[in-house]
Amino acid sequence: MELYDRPIGPETYAAIRFGTGFPLRGAPATAEAMLNRLAGPDRVAAAYPRLSFDEGIALGTAVREAMRQARKNMAGGAEAVKVAHRALAAARGAGFVLELARHVETDDPFRERLVRFWENHFAAASRRGAHVAAASGYADEAIRPHIAGPFSTLLKSAVTHPFLMMYLDQPESVGPNSRKGLRHGRGLNENLAREVLELHTLGVGGPYTQADVTEFAELLTGLHFTGKKGFAFQPGMAEPGAETVLGRTYGGDKPELADIHAVLDDLAVHPSTAAFVCRKLAVHFVADDPDPDLIAFMQAAYRVSGGHLTRVYAAMLEHPASWRGFGAKVKTPMEFMTSGLRALGARAADLDKLGPNHVRKRLLRPLRLMGQPYQRPPGPDGFADDAEAWVQPFGLAGRIGWAMRAARSLGQLAPDPREFVRTALGDATSGRLIWAAGAAETRPDGVGVVLASAEFNRR
Amino acid sequence: MGQAVTRRGLLGAGLAGACSAAAHPMPSTMTLAAAPFDARLVVIILRGGMDGLGVVAPYADPLWADYRPSLADASAMGDLDGFFGLHAGLAELRPLWNRGELGFVHAVSTPYRDKRSHFDGQDLLEAGTGQAAPEAGVRDGWLNRLLGAMPGTVAETAFAVGMDEMRVLRGDAPVLQWSPQADVALTPQAQVLLEQVYARDPLFAAAAAEAMDLAEAIDREKLTPLANGLPREPLAAFAAERLNEGTRVASYSLTGWDTHKRQAGSLNRALARLQRSILSLHEGLGGNWERTAVIAMTEFGRTARENGSRGTDHGTGGLMVLAGGALRGGRIYGDWPGLEEAALYDRRDLMPTADVRAYAASAIQGLFGIGRSTLEGAVFPGLDMGGTPGLAL
Repeated sequence: MELYDRPIGPETYAAIRFGTGFPLRGAPATAEAMLNRLAGPDRVAAAYPRLSFDEGIALGTAVREAMRQARKNMAGGAEAVKVAHRALAAARGAGFVLELARHVETDDPFRERLVRFWENHFAAASRRGAHVAAASGYADEAIRPHIAGPFSTLLKSAVTHPFLMMYLDQPESVGPNSRKGLRHGRGLNENLAREVLELHTLGVGGPYTQADVTEFAELLTGLHFTGKKGFAFQPGMAEPGAETVLGRTYGGDKPELADIHAVLDDLAVHPSTAAFVCRKLAVHFVADDPDPDLIAFMQAAYRVSGGHLTRVYAAMLEHPASWRGFGAKVKTPMEFMTSGLRALGARAADLDKLGPNHVRKRLLRPLRLMGQPYQRPPGPDGFADDAEAWVQPFGLAGRIGWAMRAARSLGQLAPDPREFVRTALGDATSGRLIWAAGAAETRPDGVGVVLASAEFNRR
Repeated sequence: MGQAVTRRGLLGAGLAGACSAAAHPMPSTMTLAAAPFDARLVVIILRGGMDGLGVVAPYADPLWADYRPSLADASAMGDLDGFFGLHAGLAELRPLWNRGELGFVHAVSTPYRDKRSHFDGQDLLEAGTGQAAPEAGVRDGWLNRLLGAMPGTVAETAFAVGMDEMRVLRGDAPVLQWSPQADVALTPQAQVLLEQVYARDPLFAAAAAEAMDLAEAIDREKLTPLANGLPREPLAAFAAERLNEGTRVASYSLTGWDTHKRQAGSLNRALARLQRSILSLHEGLGGNWERTAVIAMTEFGRTARENGSRGTDHGTGGLMVLAGGALRGGRIYGDWPGLEEAALYDRRDLMPTADVRAYAASAIQGLFGIGRSTLEGAVFPGLDMGGTPGLAL
């Protein structure tokens, strides 16, 4: 049973499977051009800059401070809390809109897709909600600059970033025999160590034991962060002595950040990490159950390059399996929404004009209904990445509802649905969809049906 | 059920012919065989930390009023057993209490202690593990693990209701989610078009057909008031509808329990919703109420003393609410620790004297006939049910 009527050309693969959708807007249509663009400057981040991590943290701290004052029954306390909360929510909304702007404007869409992939790989969120405005800074500072280089650089950057550390309880972890541990009777928290092994490097089936987790956790003590002082390596919290992880010994009497970097460097080039990361990339971009040959080819590139990510992407894009079976993947809700906006012709300036209420009602809430609340992954394992997880009655109802409303919001400006099919999908259409687009009662309904279609929701 | 099949008929022979039930990617009402068991379980997560001492109040103990000078109003409590009184916000549940279809467990908590964070507390409540849940890498919820231990479950067996992610149902066993807030925004004509567009994609076709059925079944405008005139609670009304069909386990959450200030008003509002929710299940389930157990759990209780803003702060020991014809209600379970300062946890919170999981496990044991070793191992790892009384009839 074929969803699409005819063979689909490479331009459509580049735009939809590996990009943020049609129209191309100068985006590359071949593998080589995609990689060249990725090797160039990150123009879109510069054009749509977001709040820094520190600025985001400051907004959260301001809310806490206002609440503290209000508890002391200071005059105007409640009002100050409201103002601080509003500033926090506004910053989060603005960061979201800028992310959408990057997706609709970019001529380097493979980069945006990779950023989102790695953001999900190193999933983190503000558990208590105070630091929601810092999530963008984490993505832009800890992940985005490192997606095209060695995996070890990206790994060290993410794992030692305060946002991920906070999410995985690292500030709670104290070496039991460290100065602080002895004085206050504090102990280890293994969360970060376990998730790095299970989710970020070796994978859940990887060759590690509970002893590796514990020793790795001991090695990670000293990685510390406070809202006031920021990131700092704290030797006074670090467990003294050497630790053995996967058979190698790290550190000595004097705990150092370099020991932590050393174990992360080794983990980054471990064969299990290569297998886990390559498979996850192939699953994300190509198919829920990718061709083993494709994964093997990517793993070889990983091994030869010592985990250089651009080399791994090149292998993926070079392999014919990546250019077959269009539609095997279902777009994530965020991919669906951004490609929908792009197809509808929304530009950064249009998005910028939406007030906070519209952003909340027309974009953030629908994303939540589709099952992907913005910057709120369900756990450290991130959002799901398979068709069955996304195409559930409730999530699909969310997509349909957004598609119909987004199209209707255009009113008289809605494009002719018969043309819109091709603008939005290139050659990834079907006679049935073209017919349905033309048979709708109104233009917006026809456009909405195209957006809601399986053809548009797959890539 | 009849409606579901009719709706699916719209899709025509394309779908039915192309996909055998076995290859169907999404178990649907059409492919659903009758569930192999008849009992029903509803788990309500009360998010925010319900004030157990305010809801089922030890009003005969003068310390209660001493601790809560502005909040304690003994005259507003409906007597339950001479010692405990029921908050007026649940007064409409009195007939259920009288029939033994409403009960409580007092002074219970999860193994969570000391930090009193909503998020960590709820994570632990829903994970159903001991204190070290996040470190142990447990990502699924206890209700999902229960499904895994029950024979013959399909996706429709369990429903997560509402927009919130129900971590308690997260995991490998298939679960459906729906919220009355969903709105596909389709005209009838656009709906027909879309069904034809999806016809060649079994995954989309099945999910869309299911979505259209559900959207029709739970038209909020069509919700009639309860017998006592109160508005029906949409999540519970939807859950009841599903439970009358193939669903056997449903879970949703109610918020509004974090009553730090002016608790008199805020607790009333939260209780009004819980009351409507239980009544909506009761009325909606009809004869199936007999076979139903409803358990409402919260992440922790609140402080014994009221604070400076006529509210209460995050505490430890709390209250579990039980309802349904399958449970032995009309009584208050638990081991009451007393309110003397020395008997309080940290000299501030009601002392938890039992693990709330043990009572959930007891209800499940009687309801579904799940063995104790499964409950203490797979569903609630590390739990010791000890001498927990049997809750199910």
